Amino acid sequence: MIIRIIVAAILLITSFVLQGTVFEGISFAGTVPNLVLILTVSVGLMRGQKSGMFIGFFGGIIMDAFVGPTIGFYALILMYIGYANGYFNKIFFPEDIKLPLGMVIISDLFYGCISYMLLFLLRGRLDFSYYLLHIIIPECVYTILLTVPFYPLIFIINRFLEQQEQRRAKKFV
Amino acid sequence: MSPIVKKKGEKFTIPGKYLLFILTILCCVLMVVCVTTDVISRPINSVLGYVVVPYQRGISNIGSYLKDRKSELVNIRDLINENATLREKINELEIENTKLMQDKYELNSLRELYELDMTYDTYRKVGASVIYCDSGNWFSTFIVDKGYKDGIEPDMNVVAGKGLVGRVTIVGPNWSKITSIISDNFNVSGKLISTSENLIVSGNLESLSSSGVIPFSQLIDADSKVTKGDKIVTSDISNKYLPGLIIGYVDSITNDSNNLTKSGYLIPVIDFEHLDNVLIILDKKQEITPEDEEKGFTAIDFEDNDGNLPEEPSQEE
Repeated sequence: MIIRIIVAAILLITSFVLQGTVFEGISFAGTVPNLVLILTVSVGLMRGQKSGMFIGFFGGIIMDAFVGPTIGFYALILMYIGYANGYFNKIFFPEDIKLPLGMVIISDLFYGCISYMLLFLLRGRLDFSYYLLHIIIPECVYTILLTVPFYPLIFIINRFLEQQEQRRAKKFV
Repeated sequence: MSPIVKKKGEKFTIPGKYLLFILTILCCVLMVVCVTTDVISRPINSVLGYVVVPYQRGISNIGSYLKDRKSELVNIRDLINENATLREKINELEIENTKLMQDKYELNSLRELYELDMTYDTYRKVGASVIYCDSGNWFSTFIVDKGYKDGIEPDMNVVAGKGLVGRVTIVGPNWSKITSIISDNFNVSGKLISTSENLIVSGNLESLSSSGVIPFSQLIDADSKVTKGDKIVTSDISNKYLPGLIIGYVDSITNDSNNLTKSGYLIPVIDFEHLDNVLIILDKKQEITPEDEEKGFTAIDFEDNDGNLPEEPSQEE
């Protein structure tokens, strides 16, 4: 359990740091992929509602502290994304990448639209189609592209941890 | 039976639904508390500062390396074409240059008139390097590697090279967040140098990403003296920004429907895409409070703005 928490913390911080430094350098159409979201979705699918929720919450807190409008904002959005993805844990086959890809698309569109509504629409920026075409969709496309290498990595780490846990459980008995 | 109640021989767990509900309330409380005070954000900022910032610092070097390589690849073809046209232009410009040298004398006298030549030199500054850019795509903020340990405070102005970048919004022990003037939720009070009229510059994501300009409004220009290319600087009446920092140049002007004011677009002087190092001005524009007097702030402030006395009396009072 403790190892799992440490690994999760390292993954969260790494993905947050990468998306603002390395991927800022190779940004595409002015947008940056959302690695914290990929991590949240993947963990939600692999481990279920609670894990997804916690990863989303703490990932959001890190984002809020550095770049968010206020602490708790991204935490709330990502927490719900993680929790909602946990529902698909039951129909999830780890080797199949189609479900994670689909869920990343839906989650990122949801994330983009909610961010637009709360941060821009409420301040009277009404041109939704512009923001959709120039920010939400490019970000979504880039995030999907990044899911293809990033998801198997998370999957391998998760399988490794599960094997370790099983081995330890056997030893214990 | 309530699902929370512990059954015999079973591990105590709270169902996900309840946890989600608890965390939702926690988030809402955090948001409300953070808007009003910094009781919670301060410790969180400190803890994350020690964990994340060293890491960011290392990796941001890789990021800037990749950025350089990318722009090199993109630019090579453009550069060849540009080189040819530029050579032609050099000839034209040399002729123009002689003409401009004459104008320069005139400009210098005008500068004295507006007392702009002392703008940056008299302020105390500290350099900082950018280690992280906003990952959210929505606002233009970035993180630099200096914090309150280096004397940075919120609301300090940030400049880079020629003009105003923005101001410090959140400070951690070894990092601080800078929100730039092009951020969608930011407004700056500006002034036109040519007519000394005040105007409001607002950040706008839409116009910035589509044509590289940001809007200004509330400009009074009854005689239509303002033309494209006029310089806009920060105004004297702003309570956050020091006067005379360059914001940008007028790009286009239109009449407002009330026929009293004008609005339009300006081109920022700073290239926000390629910011690596910034200067944070340690002198803040603010009311003088008893606390500051204890710190000897008044004395320093007064000394530094020595040449600036005619502009400053409103502040000193």
